[in-house]
Amino acid sequence: MKRSIPLLITFLVGVALILAMFIPHWPFNVLNERFSIFYDIIAVFAFILGGGNLLKVHMRKVQRKGGDWKYSLVTIIGFFLMLGAGLMKIGVPEGLSGDYQATGSLFKYLYDSAFQPLQATMFSLLAFFVASASYRAFRAKTREATILLVAAFIILLRPTPLGYYLTFWLPEPLQFLHIPNLSTWILSVPNMAGQRAIMIGIALGIVSTSLRLILGIERSYLGSEGKG
Amino acid sequence: MEEEKRRVTWYEALGALDRRVIFLLIALAVIIPLIVHYTTTIPPSEIVTDLFDAVENLPPGSKVLMSFDYGPSTAPENQPMATAFTRHCFEKGHRIYMIALWATGPRQSQELIEDVVEGEFEGKVHGEHYIHLGYKAGNQGLINALLSDFKSMYTTDLAGVDIESFPMMEGIDDLRDFDIILAIGSGFPGTKEWVQFAGDPGDIPVGGGTTAVMAPLLYPYYPKQMLGFLGGLQGAAEYEAALMDHYPKYRDMSRAASTSMGPQVTAHLVIVGFILIGNLTYLMEKRKKRKF
Amino acid sequence: MEDTPILASQLAETISLWIGALLTLMIFSFLYKDNPAYKFAEHLFVGVSAAYWMTVGFWTTLIPNLMARLFPSHMGRVFPVAVGNDPEYFYIVPLVLGILLLMRLYTRLAWLSRWAMAFIIGFAAGTNFTRYLQSDFVTQIHSTMIPLYEPGGSVASTVGQTFSTLVVVIGVICALIYFYFSKPHTGAFGKAARVGIWVLMAAFGASFGYTVMARVSLLTGRMSFLIRWVQSIF
Repeated sequence: MKRSIPLLITFLVGVALILAMFIPHWPFNVLNERFSIFYDIIAVFAFILGGGNLLKVHMRKVQRKGGDWKYSLVTIIGFFLMLGAGLMKIGVPEGLSGDYQATGSLFKYLYDSAFQPLQATMFSLLAFFVASASYRAFRAKTREATILLVAAFIILLRPTPLGYYLTFWLPEPLQFLHIPNLSTWILSVPNMAGQRAIMIGIALGIVSTSLRLILGIERSYLGSEGKG
Repeated sequence: MEEEKRRVTWYEALGALDRRVIFLLIALAVIIPLIVHYTTTIPPSEIVTDLFDAVENLPPGSKVLMSFDYGPSTAPENQPMATAFTRHCFEKGHRIYMIALWATGPRQSQELIEDVVEGEFEGKVHGEHYIHLGYKAGNQGLINALLSDFKSMYTTDLAGVDIESFPMMEGIDDLRDFDIILAIGSGFPGTKEWVQFAGDPGDIPVGGGTTAVMAPLLYPYYPKQMLGFLGGLQGAAEYEAALMDHYPKYRDMSRAASTSMGPQVTAHLVIVGFILIGNLTYLMEKRKKRKF
Repeated sequence: MEDTPILASQLAETISLWIGALLTLMIFSFLYKDNPAYKFAEHLFVGVSAAYWMTVGFWTTLIPNLMARLFPSHMGRVFPVAVGNDPEYFYIVPLVLGILLLMRLYTRLAWLSRWAMAFIIGFAAGTNFTRYLQSDFVTQIHSTMIPLYEPGGSVASTVGQTFSTLVVVIGVICALIYFYFSKPHTGAFGKAARVGIWVLMAAFGASFGYTVMARVSLLTGRMSFLIRWVQSIF
């Protein structure tokens, strides 16, 4: 029962959705729509699960005074401050029926002061590491690496004045070698060919994995008791 | 016996350069052009002009679904795209329906409304010319639901007003009732999911913009499954250039993408320099090893 | 005249700008080395982020699309537009599945979450099967079957067009051959696989170039913000 009911649910839902594509009539069109709505709602419970799990991990760390437990306290305080501001709609002019992100709300203020700069800065750190990697790791050691390097060079030079002035003087029949034109060609021809092959390969992988999941051959999502 | 100190060659010194020096150089490559206001215009490529022409050729009053599938982390790339699309749509008199697949999307669309819609198009009325519907959870499940019944998920606008009270929601039953979908994305879910779950099954024209990281991955969809798209900040700058050509008034207005292309250009040159120096030091070390 | 909410006042905005700048510099301090300021900012980000997604999910989907559908008459205070509607009882299904999913937090009852997981997996597998097959397989193959020769243009453009088409067709086939590992890459098969690698390397080079562009754009955004903050001081 612990295993067979989940497998049956996966099978029925999966098959219903596949059939809905080929038989877009009752009951499959209704099932398609209903299942999509259910999925959207369950996604929110997944957010709650994520938040709950985060609290569980960090509270355990604080309780046991584990390594860096003081920072876990920061996580917990930040979490409850943001959650409380949002769920209680603190500062929202219309109260609980108003927009939780209205101007003047504590939630919006915390978003603008903390969440937005933190998220933006975390991702902007990557620019430094890309530069460091370009200097230390990007070596033309083999023919294949050289092709990669040359393609990257042309793409990088495209928006620059250097990229323009290096090749603008080429005569008309050779204008396809002008860096901006060459960059466009690399993106829409060899890049497109390579990405298409990868896309086809991934699609086949996803199709086979989906079939294995629906037919119950792949059961790893059931956890350790799902094996066998 | 005295030990001879081994002389460090210039290329060994360069090869062992502290990464913090590299960090400093890239930071300066970005800061200096911002301070001196170095900007550059990029002529639009075919993939951008195809999308521009698609929006331009839609009859006035067309229904444009704009999906804000990004957050503050990629706003420097995606927000200029949203701005350019909104300006273009309003110049043509199209109606814009704003939704989001990302929870951080509505803040970005709100910023767009405050800066562009209310700032530049005062005559546009919420509910008549544009509508802010906000975010719903579900990722690709949401797109699937909207393809069957748009109002099954969106029952109100972002402020909680009944969706049926808005004139522009009349006749919107599902995604097929839109004339074009402009998906501005930065990952999953995003532009790719709009093609897979809306464009292809619903035969709905899809275009949009995506971060530069995702852009090369979407080329297989062009032109059969996507009208065109903007790849990163460069793509946004190209769309701005196309907008300026057709609507000269935008030459004197703020153009976020073109302004940010200045630091982009200098940073690219610095990175090209790093790659060249890195490979030069590698070649010199290789030659030295061969000698011994 | 309407009173400006206290958190939208000039002072509050200035404080917000300073908090944002401080947090930005704390994150950037990692570039020098790992330090307590960075760890503080990182842990704060994790907590605030999780709460943000929960809150947004709650108010945008859970209330209007679940609670307002199941208990519309009780939504007067939080979602008044739903009052007067009839309850839609089939929404009990996602409510039950959602609660079952939350059982994952309790070790003894965690097995109950498998029912909700099964629904999620079934939905994802069912939709992905058809969508990937259509958009990423059949249509991609169809898009690769392009005419090698299209008349109408100049000799140069026709030659260029044909060359590009050949690169696309041969490139896709050879790259797919490279991914076929069930046969040793020897002989003609091996040569085709090698051509496939070259095409893939060109694609990865383009990806790298664009990745650099993306990362630099994000840095430009933050630096603009910091410059604005410094300008506000003077």
